[in-house]
Amino acid sequence: MVEINLNRRQFLKLTGAAAATLAVVELGFNEKEVHASTKEFKIAKSTVTPTICCYCGVGCGILVHTKDDTVVYTEGDPDNPINEGKLCSKGTTLRQLYTSEKRLTKPLYRAPGSDKWEEKSWDWMYDTIAKRVKETRDKTFVHKEDGMIVNKTETIASLGGAALDNEETYLLAKLMRGLGVTYIEHQARI
Amino acid sequence: MTNHWNDLQHTDVCMIIGANPAENHPISFRWLLKARERGGKIISVDPRFTRSSSQADIYSPLRSGTDIAFIGGMIHYAIENNLFHKEYVAKYTNASFIVKESFKFNDGLFSGFDEGTSSYDKTQWAFETDKEGNPLKDEKLENPRSVFQLMKKHYSRYDADTVSTVTGAPKEDYVKICELFCSTGQVGKAGTIMYAMGTTQHTVGTQNVRSYAMLQLLLGNIGLPGGGVNALRGESNVQGSTDFALLWGDLPGYLGAPKAIPEHATLKAFLEKETPKSGYWINKPKFYVSLLKAWYGPNATKNNEFAYQMLPKGNKNYSHISLFNAMYKGELEGAFLFGQNPVVGGPNAGKEKESLSNLKWMVAVDLWETETSSFWQKEAGSDPSKIATEVFLLPASASFEKEGSITNSSRWMQYRWKAIDSRGEAKADLEIIHVLATKIKALYKNENTPAAQPIKALHWEYGHGDHPDIDIVCKEINGYDYNTGKQVVGFGALMDDGSTCSGNWIYSGFYPEEGNNRSKARDSKNTDGGTNFLNWSYAWPANRRILYNRASADPSGKPWSSERAVISWDRAQKKWVGNDIPDFVPTKAPTDEGGINPFIMLGDGVGGMYAPTLNDGPFPEHYEPFESPIPNVFSSVEMNPTVKVWDGEFNKKGNNKDFPIVATTYRVSEHWQSGSMTRNQEWLSELVPHMYVEMSEELAKEKGIKNKDKIVVSSARGDVTAYAMVTKRFKPYKLKGGTIHHIGMPWHFGYKGYATGDTANRLTPHIGDANTMIPEYKAFLCNVRRAD
Repeated sequence: MVEINLNRRQFLKLTGAAAATLAVVELGFNEKEVHASTKEFKIAKSTVTPTICCYCGVGCGILVHTKDDTVVYTEGDPDNPINEGKLCSKGTTLRQLYTSEKRLTKPLYRAPGSDKWEEKSWDWMYDTIAKRVKETRDKTFVHKEDGMIVNKTETIASLGGAALDNEETYLLAKLMRGLGVTYIEHQARI
Repeated sequence: MTNHWNDLQHTDVCMIIGANPAENHPISFRWLLKARERGGKIISVDPRFTRSSSQADIYSPLRSGTDIAFIGGMIHYAIENNLFHKEYVAKYTNASFIVKESFKFNDGLFSGFDEGTSSYDKTQWAFETDKEGNPLKDEKLENPRSVFQLMKKHYSRYDADTVSTVTGAPKEDYVKICELFCSTGQVGKAGTIMYAMGTTQHTVGTQNVRSYAMLQLLLGNIGLPGGGVNALRGESNVQGSTDFALLWGDLPGYLGAPKAIPEHATLKAFLEKETPKSGYWINKPKFYVSLLKAWYGPNATKNNEFAYQMLPKGNKNYSHISLFNAMYKGELEGAFLFGQNPVVGGPNAGKEKESLSNLKWMVAVDLWETETSSFWQKEAGSDPSKIATEVFLLPASASFEKEGSITNSSRWMQYRWKAIDSRGEAKADLEIIHVLATKIKALYKNENTPAAQPIKALHWEYGHGDHPDIDIVCKEINGYDYNTGKQVVGFGALMDDGSTCSGNWIYSGFYPEEGNNRSKARDSKNTDGGTNFLNWSYAWPANRRILYNRASADPSGKPWSSERAVISWDRAQKKWVGNDIPDFVPTKAPTDEGGINPFIMLGDGVGGMYAPTLNDGPFPEHYEPFESPIPNVFSSVEMNPTVKVWDGEFNKKGNNKDFPIVATTYRVSEHWQSGSMTRNQEWLSELVPHMYVEMSEELAKEKGIKNKDKIVVSSARGDVTAYAMVTKRFKPYKLKGGTIHHIGMPWHFGYKGYATGDTANRLTPHIGDANTMIPEYKAFLCNVRRAD
């Protein structure tokens, strides 16, 4: 886990304590009760991990709070100089990417002519996809054209990748070119 | 972006055209507001009065597809009123170059046009050169064959009255904008242009951007803080995915993919043909061989052209529209889709959906079930029993469920750490790609067919187990000495003899030594005396934050103005110093050869006011969109004559009698692109739950439509039903030939998720820019009626 600058958090803690003291003096609050309730905040004892927003190209920093195997809260990263803790509507709701009931959680397969998805194992999916790639490639691969080595597979397309990490786009470009794929396109075009 | 988000605060005038950052890049706008606190002004030019317009000092409408007329008129204004930065133009651009007599322009066509092939013979546009091949110049800019004089003549036709009747911009507002923006031509002032897909998604998209760059060069606004031409990237890593060449024509680092032509038959021939004789690209062989070494490892040797022959060579245009045309014709068997949803996001989306059923198999990797992966379902209007496509839908991890870096619009490469294990059985794309690669390689293990050889030769060693070691991937991208395994410090250390590897030379230097992956750098306090944040993340290339920053100093190396200083030549230390990494050889003195040439990636070292390399002409010229409401006022050539026209059922064209209304598409803050990421979340769906079409009060009245009525919008390609949103944000356009209505609509909707609605892209055409084939989403014709 990365070490992040906690100055702002410490600052909030301190001002919170000062406010509580004032409250006790002026309004007669029980300081112990206030202290106890802060412990119940969702983000108390959560693990904080910095990330970068997955939407537009601004690249705002976001802190992801996780606890008990779920994302409990997200907020702008005050240390990121681009957004200094601010976020837009999409950045603010980042947590729901994890919690949405619509998330796909299992590999799904649709057979030719079928009107439904079937759950399959990752291994079955990987093996079957690899077989399909090989079948198509072996049938349509062009080694030479007009006496020139061309080593291409013009029957498979690769689309997408603008939401992938750099390391992922690198491996994807390497694999697709390695397979001889020429129809390589993604969101930058459209 | 030539500059970066934080740098926007330094601008004196920002012109937003073809973009709506207050809506689509909201956090960027705080830096513009900061600029305004310092006295800066904001101009918004858009077919519709947007959220950005509401924050602007001046707004002007612009009919979709008329940017070149608008900017051409500004170029004319700057020249006529002597508001340009003369020394900058004379020294730092090719305005002083002399053009051959064979270059001509007449009634919308440049010389060298061949009607049969719809293309130009560009050799007719060449520069006059001396015996050594150096361009002849007139730095006084007076020679009638100089680029400057030819440009002046070309845009003399773009006077404010004509511009106003073509674009629909009221003349008074237009002149005010010209005056304000051109005020940044003064030394000490800086203006910036922010643009996005409203600029690029046209049949003249490339020339739209060119026109911005020309205006900025003319005003001396490139290379300065608060200046630049700034493309607002719409996806978190569309910069990175482009850098890593997920586009058919390139290899990582913009190296160019080989073609099946004799000049590319061998590595030697390829490098000879594709390596320029001057400029930084003379180093291309080092980057190319290092890439081959990264991809083919020990299988890339001096004796086998470093496995160059393993690379695919194709001669077609493989871009998005061509790809779907091939699919439509049944030429493709399989497709991988990594988070892409063309049934909503593709042009003429109804046809793209139809094309998918011609695939034998499709692999979709996504967080959600999208309209594309489920194109075969009844809800999609399909008959599943008639669709034989096998679909494999793989659940992918969300961005914070894995680790890796992304590159924002500022070219800053920022790391994301893993916050939590993936939801359900979802896996990181890195792992999915890795396992597929190893499985496919395993199937070919015992074969020696021509098809087996390239995939067997691909070097794929990323650790043990299913999940690859990302650190190994990072080191391979940065590059290392192949003999010692020690990482290289940057692209300057790469070699063309196979002794180094690097998966993407422009990123080389982000991981210069063990334990120092600079995309993880998080020091935002130590800024080295500026706002370039050199210790936060890593900006390619070489951590430079403001590109072309040599141009922030005059030819002698002194900043044009102390307020706009970036780097300057320090005579005592004999190097460039400042608050950014020099985008220049750090020890090259102004008096050295090439010492005053700031545009190091270009062969001539100067900015291209004139670009004899583009397909559609060396100067941007106004043409009407594929579907246009009025004849071209500037010439008898209606549409960009060099675009490829797809016809028949694949791309029906509408005329302005049946479809008299101009339409465009756009986005809202609460949804993102094709909507699959946001329409599958409850809060965002609740905020913007319905598809709508925005129109003026005048058009609504004409058509008997009231706010919130259900309406049908139709184009030659399809219909969509939506709610009417009647606003004052659209106004009728007064153009030569009469009044034209203009509407707009978001393109986020589809039938999946919580927030559903008809897909706007069923209306848009299958036609693209003459240079890039980016589809013309942003200007098409339609009609509107009440649904009942």
